[in-house]
Amino acid sequence: MNVSRRAIVLTPLALLGCAYALNLVHSPTVAGQAGLGFWAFIIVLWLAAAVALSGLSNLRPKNLNMRRLAGLCVPILFGAFLFFLWEVIVVGAGVPSVLMPAPSAIGGRFVASLPVLLADFLQTFVKSVLSGYVIGCLAGFLVAIIADRIPFLRRGLLPLGNFVSALPVIGIAPIMVMWFGFDWPSKAAVVVVMTFFPMLVNTVAGLAAAGRLEHDLMHSYAAGYWTTLVKLRLPVALPFIFNALKINSTLALIGAIVAEFFGTPIVGMGFRISIEVSRMSLDMVWAEIALAAIAGSIFYGLVALVERGATFWHPSYRT
Amino acid sequence: MQLKGETVLKRVAEDFMGGSGVPSGLASGTRPASEAPPHAPVVDIKGLSLTYEAADGPVYALSNVDLQITEGEFVSFIGPSGCGKTTLLRVIADLEQPNGGHIHVNGVSPSEARVRRDYGFIFQAPALYPWRTIQKNVELPLEIFGLSKAERQERSQRQLELVNLKGFEKKFPWQLSGGMQQRASIARALSFDPKLLLMDEPFGALDEIVRDHLNEQLLKLWDKTRKTVLFVTHSIPEAVFLSSKIVVMSPRPGRIIDVIDASHLGRERKLEIRETPEFLKIAHRVREGLRAGHSYDD
Repeated sequence: MNVSRRAIVLTPLALLGCAYALNLVHSPTVAGQAGLGFWAFIIVLWLAAAVALSGLSNLRPKNLNMRRLAGLCVPILFGAFLFFLWEVIVVGAGVPSVLMPAPSAIGGRFVASLPVLLADFLQTFVKSVLSGYVIGCLAGFLVAIIADRIPFLRRGLLPLGNFVSALPVIGIAPIMVMWFGFDWPSKAAVVVVMTFFPMLVNTVAGLAAAGRLEHDLMHSYAAGYWTTLVKLRLPVALPFIFNALKINSTLALIGAIVAEFFGTPIVGMGFRISIEVSRMSLDMVWAEIALAAIAGSIFYGLVALVERGATFWHPSYRT
Repeated sequence: MQLKGETVLKRVAEDFMGGSGVPSGLASGTRPASEAPPHAPVVDIKGLSLTYEAADGPVYALSNVDLQITEGEFVSFIGPSGCGKTTLLRVIADLEQPNGGHIHVNGVSPSEARVRRDYGFIFQAPALYPWRTIQKNVELPLEIFGLSKAERQERSQRQLELVNLKGFEKKFPWQLSGGMQQRASIARALSFDPKLLLMDEPFGALDEIVRDHLNEQLLKLWDKTRKTVLFVTHSIPEAVFLSSKIVVMSPRPGRIIDVIDASHLGRERKLEIRETPEFLKIAHRVREGLRAGHSYDD
């Protein structure tokens, strides 16, 4: 009770302090030459924020909606405070923007270059990542079903799968560019190679996950292979399949961006990063990183959301 | 209660007549037990044996088993762990293959009987699929057999009513207690009117009070549906309370050492009969049989 009351008082105070510090650090007398007093103020804010957040995370409001709000509050404030520290330290200490631009500078650049970012997003994410992801995951899934049916394929393919998934993306990307040209198909091909085997391995494991009792049940109904597959084995395999989909959602983005370092038309997130680094405009690089992070998180979040709906019955989601 | 039982009985009988290609054998359920045809046992086993290879030599799971079960009987298989009672049930259900001997179920091999969908198997665990509601679980075999949606719903409603699970159709298995889950699995087994109900220690994981309750319900169900029930257990009171015939088995090698008739206890039994001298006499004979089987080992 005491702790939570302290949090309710401290949180607005800390927010006000942060706003004041942000205002102060950008004034010409402080920026780049902040004195000891300023840093002491930041440390006090830091402590206040820590106490406030620990209090907030202990809040247990009776109302369900309020509890949801309180649950959201802590991670949002925590993240916001990290950005605040980044901004204050970079601006206050006058860190060169080549080493580390301030979040405000990155944000400004992001907004100013929206058309470029959108073109890069369409090229890299929509064309390379999504098409490669869909083809790779679907192919992995279908081959897993075939491999499950034909034992020699399973024994032959799984070691090969481990071998190929151990190949570095840096190694296969130039080869794919040689095979499929400079434009997005070669990047999609890299994504296919990267996403195929996690899906294959997970689906094969998932198809073997149904218990003996459940199989005996289907056997006693004289259910055939396809009926057993659809009514029992695929539902049991779903959590494994979604696991692969989540792993692949991040792998695909990495693969496509890295692949663009090896020959590409003059558009794309990987292309932009490599070109802007050599032009020393690091804020643009950071803007691309922010774009990749946002796109990747939303992608992962959507897959996780679908997973929750499809495998609501799994012990990890049951309510 | 009596009236309700009769209507259910009639419905079940109609079901067999109307059911697609199901021989009318079970319609005899409407006749008193004494009138049942004396020929052609439902399960006919002669000289059955089953051996499997373990790391330290062969295991004789079943050795020279002879057994005949007539229609409408409630037969319990009792014995210590490893006596082959579950294996015997699984052989009848075509879930294991014997090495020798003959076995016929309704005049055909177990595998043909299985393909004909003669078996309702109830396992130690409910084995309900967690992604299906209780109703959808009960409808699972009906879906596999290709019944129409209306027919499936009508049957699942009726079976869930029969096992007192009305009102839980839309719940998921993990939202129900263990006893309710096992009842749902019984409803699932009954939903397609199998000729034989095979139960492998179905109440073994439940506490004694729930178990007593389910035993009473199972007897009522047996009386209403007139099914042939094969029931594996290692509880003497459970075996004597439920059965019209008790098969006592002993391990290493798994074999039958006694077959006890308990039909004189009647079809309708209350839990109180467990205190009566007739009940205790049968229980005593079962215990004697189990002890004799054990002394073989030592």
